[in-house]
Amino acid sequence: MTARDAVLGKIRRSLRVGPGDDARRATVADRLAARAPGIVPARGQRDPAVRLALFLEMAAKVAASTDRLASADDVPAAVARYLRSKNLPQAIRRGADPRLERLPFDREPQLTVTVGPSDGHDLAGLSHAFAGVAETGTAVLVSGADNPTTLNFLPEHHLVVVRASDIAGDYETIWARVRATYGEGTMPRTVNWITGPSRSGDIEQTILLGAHGPRSLHLIVVDDL
Amino acid sequence: MQVTSPAFKENAAKALADVTLQKALKNVETGFIAKRAAAAAALPEFEALRDAARDLKNHVLAHLDLYLEAYEKKVVAAGGHVHWAESAEDARRIVTDICKRLGARTVTKGKSMITEEIALNDHLEREGLIPVETDLGEYIIQLRGEHPSHIVAPAVHLTKEQVAGDFRRVHTHLDAARDLTEPVTLLSEARAVLREKFLVADVGITGANFLIAETGTSIIVTNEGNGDLTQTLPKAHIVMASIEKIVPTLEDVDTLLRVLARSATGQEMSVYTTFSTGPRREGDPDGPGEYHVVLLDNGRSAMLGTEFEEMLRCIRCGACMNHCPVFQAVGGHAYGWVYPGPMGAVLTPTLIGVDKAGHLPNASTFCGRCESVCPMRIPLPKMMRAWRNREWERALNPATLRSGLGLWAFVAARPGLYRLAARVSSMALRLLGRGRGRIASLPFFAAGWTKMRDMPAPEGATFMDQWKARAGR
Repeated sequence: MTARDAVLGKIRRSLRVGPGDDARRATVADRLAARAPGIVPARGQRDPAVRLALFLEMAAKVAASTDRLASADDVPAAVARYLRSKNLPQAIRRGADPRLERLPFDREPQLTVTVGPSDGHDLAGLSHAFAGVAETGTAVLVSGADNPTTLNFLPEHHLVVVRASDIAGDYETIWARVRATYGEGTMPRTVNWITGPSRSGDIEQTILLGAHGPRSLHLIVVDDL
Repeated sequence: MQVTSPAFKENAAKALADVTLQKALKNVETGFIAKRAAAAAALPEFEALRDAARDLKNHVLAHLDLYLEAYEKKVVAAGGHVHWAESAEDARRIVTDICKRLGARTVTKGKSMITEEIALNDHLEREGLIPVETDLGEYIIQLRGEHPSHIVAPAVHLTKEQVAGDFRRVHTHLDAARDLTEPVTLLSEARAVLREKFLVADVGITGANFLIAETGTSIIVTNEGNGDLTQTLPKAHIVMASIEKIVPTLEDVDTLLRVLARSATGQEMSVYTTFSTGPRREGDPDGPGEYHVVLLDNGRSAMLGTEFEEMLRCIRCGACMNHCPVFQAVGGHAYGWVYPGPMGAVLTPTLIGVDKAGHLPNASTFCGRCESVCPMRIPLPKMMRAWRNREWERALNPATLRSGLGLWAFVAARPGLYRLAARVSSMALRLLGRGRGRIASLPFFAAGWTKMRDMPAPEGATFMDQWKARAGR
């Protein structure tokens, strides 16, 4: 008998059920297919303008900094401005995402932009977020050919651009979009919910920013990304 | 790890006398309780979410076999591997086999309580591998050769001075005269030291807060980002999960995530909630080449259908221990094994036997705070009482306790005798009180009771006598 059969057999004996119980199987299949939302907090169920304001407010509460831009064309200047404000060299690493590819980085001749995953030697990384969640000020990033996961964790400063209309009220809206994009029951390899910069409270329960991940998280919300 | 649960009383006495520990334990109250209360109050739906979370997990447990089958299918479809482990030994062997096949040397680890449960680190070291804990708290206690004293805050029993001492002792490549008085300096030092380990690790092992049947996804929740570096950088990611971690759908996990961080640390959401499905895909610029899930039973299947089944709803937030007066007084190490506090008092006897862990369900005042804050509404006091019953049935209590309670039961079952005994002892106690209204020291077996406090002397006749005198009015 395989370990699998042994474990499943023990569970069934404890539950006093057999493997071929059709009613139970139907219950499980229905539940998996229904994907019914549970209790969704009212907090995020607002019109887009209020939702966006809530997103920015919640992000600030978890110590993320934010920037609000009308045009994608302004992103390179906003990146340069952020780096200057932190006394960082004018250099950033980004993924190959077409929305980042299209940004007019040539308008910032001082800014060196490199593309691809991080090897741990980058001070700043730039990512595109799949979505934002107003409920908790959370950025949702998905991995893929264009979005290296290492950029979310290795650089000291993580800059994230997100389109204003991609900011949802709740997590449930994000899952509906993930299913529409990747197919039913299919997930990107990695989905990162990022709520503020890295922190630890492990020494005397005092919260300190910058544990292993980025010390700062900068969210740039753009209208027409 | 060595089990010291049978010595709970001695452990607790030692903990109470440990000045440094008592200082550190003060942080439990300031660090957790008010924050949880504020987070719960800030979300009007919080109590309803707790009900929903409880019902959801009850549904999963009643169909656990089928959800595990569905989950396995999806993991395999995403290119991952599922390994079933009946026991701790099986799980350890599965992990070592993967590491050996990959020629691994350094193994980084995200925080995982079940790797503590199966004593994985000791085993990996015996097999010539170098396990490196990367959660700051876990790293600190690994340096000290200790075990976590709290399931969420493993180093809560330590002060910053102790941590500074350990860093000086171990990080000998750094300037010995450096200033380590501030926690932020300690954090930066750990970040730099561990960054090197992340970059050279061959295998990364994480736990799993949840597994999703709908998609074959494992989830980790951290604040530091250590779990993400652990699982993203090496050749292989091994997820260690116990069988009850399963959740049907993405929507279901939202419900649990909405109560988890609020109950654990009082955060609205942890910093990093990461959903992982399978290994690196074609075209991916990074990510692990292999993705393995080890599904551990280790006694859990036997809890189903028993009075301890509800314990399997636990999502390991630590709220019960944060709010427990016994935990606050003695800390986690006194409990003598992996899981401390009220959840440990229920779980430990099921996993290592009530003969070894019988003291733990007795180390409770039944004040009920644990149940009142449990996001999954687990009736912890009821289950501790159930363990006390089992302990009694199996005659595991000390002979003096058993004969004392036997004598009391004999008298209590005979009303005439009981009233006589009450009258006699009430008179005797009044005599001992000698008009002062209190007794400074009781004789014989009761001497221990008055060692720390006075016993109030009875003021008049027994209740039954007074009742009779008032003719029932």
